[in-house]
Amino acid sequence: MHKKQGKQTIVFEKSPCIIGSYSVVGPKEGKGNFAKYFNEIIDNDLYGCNSYEKAERKFLIRAINMAIASAKLENEEIDALICGDLMNQIISSSFAARHLQIPFLGVFGACSTMVESLILGACMIEGGFCEHIACATGSHFSSAEKQFRYPLELGTQRPPTSQWTVTGAGCSVIASKGSDIAITKATIGKVTDWNVSDVNNMGGVMAPAAMETLKAFFEDTHTKPSDYDLIITGDLGKLGSEVLMDLMEYNGFNLRTNYNDCGQMIFNNKQKVFQGGSGCGCIATVLNSYIIERFKKGTLNNCIAVATGALLSTLSSQQGDSIPAVAHLVLLERRKNDF
Amino acid sequence: MDIKERDDRYNAYLTSKMPKTKAFPSLFHAFWIGGLICCLGELIKDLLLLAFPDMSLNVASTFESVIIIVLASFLTGVGIYDRIGAYAGAGSIIPISGFSNSITSPALEFKREGLIFGLCAKMFIIAGPVIVTGVVASFVAGIIYIFI
Repeated sequence: MHKKQGKQTIVFEKSPCIIGSYSVVGPKEGKGNFAKYFNEIIDNDLYGCNSYEKAERKFLIRAINMAIASAKLENEEIDALICGDLMNQIISSSFAARHLQIPFLGVFGACSTMVESLILGACMIEGGFCEHIACATGSHFSSAEKQFRYPLELGTQRPPTSQWTVTGAGCSVIASKGSDIAITKATIGKVTDWNVSDVNNMGGVMAPAAMETLKAFFEDTHTKPSDYDLIITGDLGKLGSEVLMDLMEYNGFNLRTNYNDCGQMIFNNKQKVFQGGSGCGCIATVLNSYIIERFKKGTLNNCIAVATGALLSTLSSQQGDSIPAVAHLVLLERRKNDF
Repeated sequence: MDIKERDDRYNAYLTSKMPKTKAFPSLFHAFWIGGLICCLGELIKDLLLLAFPDMSLNVASTFESVIIIVLASFLTGVGIYDRIGAYAGAGSIIPISGFSNSITSPALEFKREGLIFGLCAKMFIIAGPVIVTGVVASFVAGIIYIFI
């Protein structure tokens, strides 16, 4: 029984499936392109808390609780919560887990966390170690700005390559049976660094990582981009996704017909976000709303989701290091056999 | 292709692909907002001299700076100065009002981490280098002044 295909790709024979999902976003995202898909839009980004860090936590708790409810389960029936975020020491996730009292595995993959947690969760379901797993992540614009950039009220100009961290959280509950949206394959990405050190151009930093992972997946599975209905990346933004298409073309894969980027799609052009959205919450909210909705409606039968993360800290970039990035991939497919 | 060559080629490609800030509109925005702030300063000084005829020019200039600082700090607090800054760039950073904004904004941002280690300690994270540069420059100027 070989559950590995090629060099980096895992094949899930029992196909763990997504039985519950929920997305909750802040006011700006609620005015964007996916407004009608998000499960819940909170009109105050402090969410009734007295700090943005606490609000981020509350977004996460809300998404996890409601995703579990949408799977018609109780919190006690969840065997593990796999969760991560952008804050130092992933405080949002661990503090949310403190509140939820679900066995907790904290992961960090920067903005690739959603897919990383889905891969780990799917492995645990496939192995028969767990029945139900909640995979979640979230981010908050204001807490990310505070940690990585400048104070909110500082009168600076954002460079044209910058992106806007998504305020919101998404959670998927996965199980061995109960739905026809299955996770059938996954590719674990390598940390890729092409010596870009511009902290204001995350798309350019992460595009090579996305390319490496996609290339590995297509080579491992002997498929090509046109074999799939939709290919999405997490938060490369407009510039980053153009770069990815160029890089893939250079490697002999044509992404130009069925590819899009969550960061590019989530906000509309009037929202002054330059290259689009970013952050853990970007793919987490889009995957758990728009993508799942399209599966349910039947307009999508398979989808490659690649989440990209820039693995930097403010210290590493201040010390002049270039920015490493990682990209993880899952293949979501409509399960053909009975469920 | 070795790794260094690949990285260099990629970085060159990325630079060519990056959207550039349009120089002329940016300069124009900076010029008129910056000019407006300076005109406002001059107006305050003239009004002070008009209201208090005995006031010396030096004292009036000091009061002018203080008023601009308080005004910018207030506008930061009510969430207007960052919008001016996003529009004007250097036009609202270079005048003393920008310095005021760079102290008030971290103070607001970090007030939740407490009065001492939050507000007071983090207040200078942006403006700190300006103060250090100012002190070093005046030290150097002082040394030169001894010899001339």
